[in-house]
Amino acid sequence: MTVPTAAASAAGRVATEPQAALLSVGNLRVAFGGREVVKGISFDAYPGRCLAIVGESGSGKSVTARTLVGLTGAGSHVAADRIELDGLDLATRSERSWRAIRGRDIGFVLQDALVSLDQLRRVGDEVAEPLRVHHRGTRASRRSRAIELLEAVGVPEPSVKARQRPYELSGGLRQRALIASAIALDPRVLIADEPTTALDVTVQAQVLDLLAESKSRGTAIIMISHDLSVVARLADEVAVMREGEIVEHGPVDEVLYRPVHEYTKALLDAIPSEHTRGTRLVRGTSAPRRTRRPIDADRPLLSARHLSKVYRGPDRVDRTVVDDVSFELFAGETLGIVGESGSGKTTTAGIALALIPPTAGEVDLDGSAWTSLTPGRRRPIRKRIGVVYQDPLSSFDPRWTVGRILVDALAKGKRPPSSRAEARDRVVRLLEQVGLTAQHLEDAPLRLSGGQRQRVAIARALAPEPEVLVCDEPVSALDVSIQAQVLDLLTDLQDELGVSYLFISHDLGVIHHMSDRILVMKDGRVVESGDADAVFRNPQHPYTQRLLTALPRLARA
Amino acid sequence: MTAIALPYRAALRLRPATVVSVLVVAVLVVALIAPGLLTTRDPNAIDLQSTLLSPSWSHWFGTDDAGRDLYTRVVYGTRESFGIGLGATALAMVIAIVLGFVAGLARGFVDTVLSRILDVAFAFPVLLLALLLIAIRGPSLGTVIVAVGIGSAPGYARMVRGQVLHVRQAGYIQASHALGHTRWAVIRQHLFPNAMRPLVAMMTLGIGQSIVWASGLAFLGLGVAPPSPEWGALLDAGRAAITTSPWLEILPGLVIVVATLALTSLGRTLQHRLEGAAR
Repeated sequence: MTVPTAAASAAGRVATEPQAALLSVGNLRVAFGGREVVKGISFDAYPGRCLAIVGESGSGKSVTARTLVGLTGAGSHVAADRIELDGLDLATRSERSWRAIRGRDIGFVLQDALVSLDQLRRVGDEVAEPLRVHHRGTRASRRSRAIELLEAVGVPEPSVKARQRPYELSGGLRQRALIASAIALDPRVLIADEPTTALDVTVQAQVLDLLAESKSRGTAIIMISHDLSVVARLADEVAVMREGEIVEHGPVDEVLYRPVHEYTKALLDAIPSEHTRGTRLVRGTSAPRRTRRPIDADRPLLSARHLSKVYRGPDRVDRTVVDDVSFELFAGETLGIVGESGSGKTTTAGIALALIPPTAGEVDLDGSAWTSLTPGRRRPIRKRIGVVYQDPLSSFDPRWTVGRILVDALAKGKRPPSSRAEARDRVVRLLEQVGLTAQHLEDAPLRLSGGQRQRVAIARALAPEPEVLVCDEPVSALDVSIQAQVLDLLTDLQDELGVSYLFISHDLGVIHHMSDRILVMKDGRVVESGDADAVFRNPQHPYTQRLLTALPRLARA
Repeated sequence: MTAIALPYRAALRLRPATVVSVLVVAVLVVALIAPGLLTTRDPNAIDLQSTLLSPSWSHWFGTDDAGRDLYTRVVYGTRESFGIGLGATALAMVIAIVLGFVAGLARGFVDTVLSRILDVAFAFPVLLLALLLIAIRGPSLGTVIVAVGIGSAPGYARMVRGQVLHVRQAGYIQASHALGHTRWAVIRQHLFPNAMRPLVAMMTLGIGQSIVWASGLAFLGLGVAPPSPEWGALLDAGRAAITTSPWLEILPGLVIVVATLALTSLGRTLQHRLEGAAR
């Protein structure tokens, strides 16, 4: 298969003449145990066009997708005036008759290919599964068809890959195998639930091209996504969902570039990019950043020299995860490290924190030895460097309350509180600093929302009053509007406290929004570094160029 | 991507099986602490006028060959059976926690050696080990406890090691190190309590299991010897009259089954709840 070019995907987007809707949904309502999560939505899907349903977690978009393939789940109650596939009523189907339609008329691509593919079966068998279920062809013909399908979705060496198991394939290849399986019977409608969310940017671009090609062959695609910039690349029509309702619905250019509804506007504003640098992301607070503390370029707080880390695998083969990485982080500065999965950015963060011993090289903290010290000598100066992790839930002991977590962190800080009352006062002040209140003191982190948890994680990191904060994918698990709040919080805190950030992310928009200077990492090496604007506007290294071309983005009017 | 989270309270709803289990365990606890509340008779009172009576209003479970009231003996036997169950499980846990933590924390060579030893011990039948110990020390309450305890320790030890390895991966362990806590403080504050969480439920399961093993040993005449009213010993004593007075076997046997079922069911409920809370 030839990889479709950008021109090809653009051609597929040309508005076709309105014809009869292939899939038509009217006043769809879904409730779980009396709680309505989809509250009467209507939409149509047309052949050769892509409808994107966009929303944040809890908006009901995934439930909608599952309902369209009759997999709403146990305990659900579905009601609709109309769910029709080419005039055929689907609303009153039994599970048995659903099975005849699923795969044949409606294909379904799920977000996580690793859990959606059976780990114990060969990839080829998984791809051919719809053929087997719908009794198409003989075993041998199905096998060769599976290889053809894998080839069609751009899997290299398809006959080899067909014999492998899903866990032996990379994330991108698995996602393509899943798409191959979904299009095996050439369904007229393809429903893709967050098809690229778990993927790196370059792989994401390939998967989107693949879907665009399927669209240009006449498939009606319904894509569910939280990411408006991904949507911009494929969709012809966008429906924005919020709390079970469609708040805005229209052609992609209208919705993304001339939004009418406040929520859509807020969502679009919340997306960090090169245009949002120095501004706040949360709508209504669009005041420029407060005066920023100057960066002290004579005082490197962290200076890493020739770091490398080699792991020996179970097969006794050495793998170099970090290879000759050097950088300096100045006082008051944000240094972004960007790279795809497996680029070594998290290991680099671990070394900077002196939690992972480097195989070679060293990091100094404010001009004195840091990683080369013994753990005992390092402990008293740990308070100068803090960390915020990606997964805010697993980074809290499930038995501890928010108050206890923060008191513990204060006690390890530069000024340990001398009394209980003082500790409480300072914990409350910390909570207020990160936008929470004293009422969260007794909560277990488990009971907080994702955004609140990440605020607690930031409060804990700030409690010892560090000069350096290592942020390892701090917003990657959050919805875009929550991400905007947390990023705003981080920039505010930098202005207020003058803390330096070593900011790690796979998201180029987030990195550009936050960073003064950046390092681009690939396969453990720094391939490009420099001023953030300069690198983004004029990338020198082919890899950086490739990353930036692959990046779906919204052209700002 | 949108998972529908169950309301927190839904997990806490009481199932009828749980209610019954709690009631059974409550009765057993009363029998353990104050058997006099459940029966007015003396478990060792011999009455040769009324031997081998079948169950009736005056003797709920009938009487044995010495005319002793079987119900009363079962009630008083709770203390011995439970004593063995608790003692053996506690011993197994202590051994398991020490070995499991050493293996899980040391990793590397120490872990490999300990794990292999545990694998071998795990494959060694508990009954055989018990027979060996009893052959050396002679049957007694203490020997049974030690035998069952040591016998069931390897299984728990492997579980503790797995827990330690699992919990030490957790983000909060790293976060605690990043705050500057010492290794020991991290183990004490986070690793130990979190690794121990599932063991509470496992202990409940283990007590039931130990009671069954101890009864088995007693039935073979290798456990606590008659005239002790330990449940297994009751089975052993009743064996001679099994054709004429089957209740001597059936009723104590049922008590063992019901008690073990209740403990196991309770253990499972606890296990599910703790797992739910840990998520």
